Amino acid sequence: MAVTTSSKVLNNVEAVRETLYEAMKADDRTIILGEDVGNRGNVFLITKDFINEFGPERVIDTPIAEASIVGIAVGMAMEGLRPIAEIQFADFIYPAFNQIVGEAAKTRYRSNGEYTCPLVIRTPYGGGVRGALSHSVSIEALFYHVPGLKIVAPAFPADVKGLLNAAIDDPDPVLFLEHKKTYRLIKGEVPEGHYTIPLGKANVVKEGTQLTVVSYGLYVHWALEAAQQLQSEGLSVEVVDLRSIRPMDKATILSSVEKTRKLLIIHEDNKFGGIGAEISAMVAEEALFHLDAPIRRHCAPDVPAMGYALPLEEEYMSSPAEMAQAMREMVKF
Amino acid sequence: MAKTETKATSLERHGLTDEQLRQMFRNMLMQRQLDNRGFQLNRQGKVPFALGSEGHEALQAGAAMAFHRGKDILAPYYRDLGLALGIGLTPYEILLSLFARAADHNGGRQFPNHYSSKAAGLMSFSSILAAHIPHAVGAAYAIKYRKETERAVLVTCGDGTTSEGEWHESMNFAAIHKLPLVMLVENNEWAISTPLDKQMAQPEIWKRAAGYGMPGKRFNGFDPIATYGAVNEALERARSGGGPTLLEGTCYRYLAHSTDDNDMTYRTKEEVTEHRKDDPVPQFERSLLDARVMSIADVDAMKKDVLRETNDATDRAEAMPYPAASDLYTHLYEGAWQPWQ
Ligand SMILES: Cc1ncc(C[n+]2csc(CCOP(=O)(O)OP(=O)(O)O)c2C)c(N)n1
Ligand SMILES: [Mg+2]
Repeated sequence: MAVTTSSKVLNNVEAVRETLYEAMKADDRTIILGEDVGNRGNVFLITKDFINEFGPERVIDTPIAEASIVGIAVGMAMEGLRPIAEIQFADFIYPAFNQIVGEAAKTRYRSNGEYTCPLVIRTPYGGGVRGALSHSVSIEALFYHVPGLKIVAPAFPADVKGLLNAAIDDPDPVLFLEHKKTYRLIKGEVPEGHYTIPLGKANVVKEGTQLTVVSYGLYVHWALEAAQQLQSEGLSVEVVDLRSIRPMDKATILSSVEKTRKLLIIHEDNKFGGIGAEISAMVAEEALFHLDAPIRRHCAPDVPAMGYALPLEEEYMSSPAEMAQAMREMVKF
Repeated sequence: MAKTETKATSLERHGLTDEQLRQMFRNMLMQRQLDNRGFQLNRQGKVPFALGSEGHEALQAGAAMAFHRGKDILAPYYRDLGLALGIGLTPYEILLSLFARAADHNGGRQFPNHYSSKAAGLMSFSSILAAHIPHAVGAAYAIKYRKETERAVLVTCGDGTTSEGEWHESMNFAAIHKLPLVMLVENNEWAISTPLDKQMAQPEIWKRAAGYGMPGKRFNGFDPIATYGAVNEALERARSGGGPTLLEGTCYRYLAHSTDDNDMTYRTKEEVTEHRKDDPVPQFERSLLDARVMSIADVDAMKKDVLRETNDATDRAEAMPYPAASDLYTHLYEGAWQPWQ
């Protein structure tokens, strides 16, 4: 981390905006492209007025064509630019799957290092915002299977900035996931100036002794709320914010689990084949005899996505109270 | 090679010199020789897979002649042996890839014919059809953004590949931004076993250009000089800020799709024989002889030389080592990385 002199309070949307702005200022190879990123300045106003300052050549309002938003960014990256592609909502990333998985992730590998793909793909994901079936999905599990990609899903504004800077500086493709419910909900101190947080490093956001909870994104905040509740009941829960999904910080997860001897994984995405599946398998392989209870995953039910109607959304999403209950059961096991 | 007269030629030259015409012809002969070699090596059990560009020789030799080495970027597809050779890759490099040797540009990772050379300006591509076309558009954007005049991107694909969504998206974006790009479609009438009329209702691909708002042109891809003329004109326009062009070169695929395909299950021998009458290689040979750009002795000497170079490259490439098993783990990310275990 570079030395920084001061900090200020930003929400997650402001943290993304500030980081992108500084990246555009710092390097004229940086290009932002996506739907409505220019004239409107992104649907969440993240890049508002960028087009006036940096010009339409650097802030490109693309046609509605996700495969080529990413594909053109791959080509720019192969030829020396540093594109930051935006997919307006993660739900619309499917047309670009081919370019992300088949192309970006394999450019360096297939050319034996001759060509590289320094590319960031940013996209808002996640629910709890009445986003219905197609404005609320989590997509990380569809991509974390793929070597060659890096995937980041920060929860706090300071991590948003540090990890987005790291993603932009990184010489390989990074999928940068921004939980849209945290955009304005979550505020925090953000250091001024350029600093990076290494990709692939988790963060213990609350220390505890009786249970390890691993989560990422919005649910880190809810898990923290639940853990505080348990604290008041005299139960001690450690919360690990994964921050990066790929590479994954095995060491931090294992050392926490070896200390607390119990593991609860919480994520908003579906359980089947989700990030929790890999974490459980890894811990079972490497630390089974440290465990005093079966590993548990508290995840979304096995349905395609959350419905629009409030009860459907609430049934799909967890809550701090549900998380607290799962934690209690684990601690008391 | 003996000196030849430049005068009495009936050829429409598009400014090409005798030497350039001979280079194009040599490229065509080399394509055919290397295609042949790939299929031979496959039958001998020495390589698991080969794919030929027979029927595309003239189109590719002509297009490559319009490419400015050290300036332009080529984003080709797997049937572009002649383009790869024509912009500077050597038969030895082609054979390294055929034998999947460590010294191959891709380190033996990709199928043969998946040319890549940063030094030559040849963009790496995968086997995923049309996926490289947006990459070419991104490269053209980079050229325009950096205000690099005198540079353009030549991107190619087959007729079948024009059905992909990424093809359309790329044309649309290139036209909106007036990018220095030439989209060259090599229409050989087949996409593995699927004929053109099952690929599109309107069979003249070049006409789609109007829909995107760019110029389009169709030319006889059995004629290397006509090809050169069309590609050169389009590349010049692109280099000088005139925006993209959609070109369609008509040709034919004489061989099966690859060594893994039997084309007699879906087309007739008669159809292939009919197209053989127009085979661009002997046709161009006759033109060069008629125009006295080459003599029969010149042609014979060139054919011998091409065979010698192919044999030599085959022996050298075959003698090179495979990648080590441990090479599976390199070049995933920059620097050291910890594989997940
Ligand atoms: C996305 C994708 N779909 C299908 C294939 C399988 N495939 C390989 S070559 C080919 C035919 C391509 O035909 P065309 O574009 O006309 O090129 P040609 O081989 O005739 O030169 C197909 C279907 C592929 N490689 N990628
Ligand atoms: Mg074809």
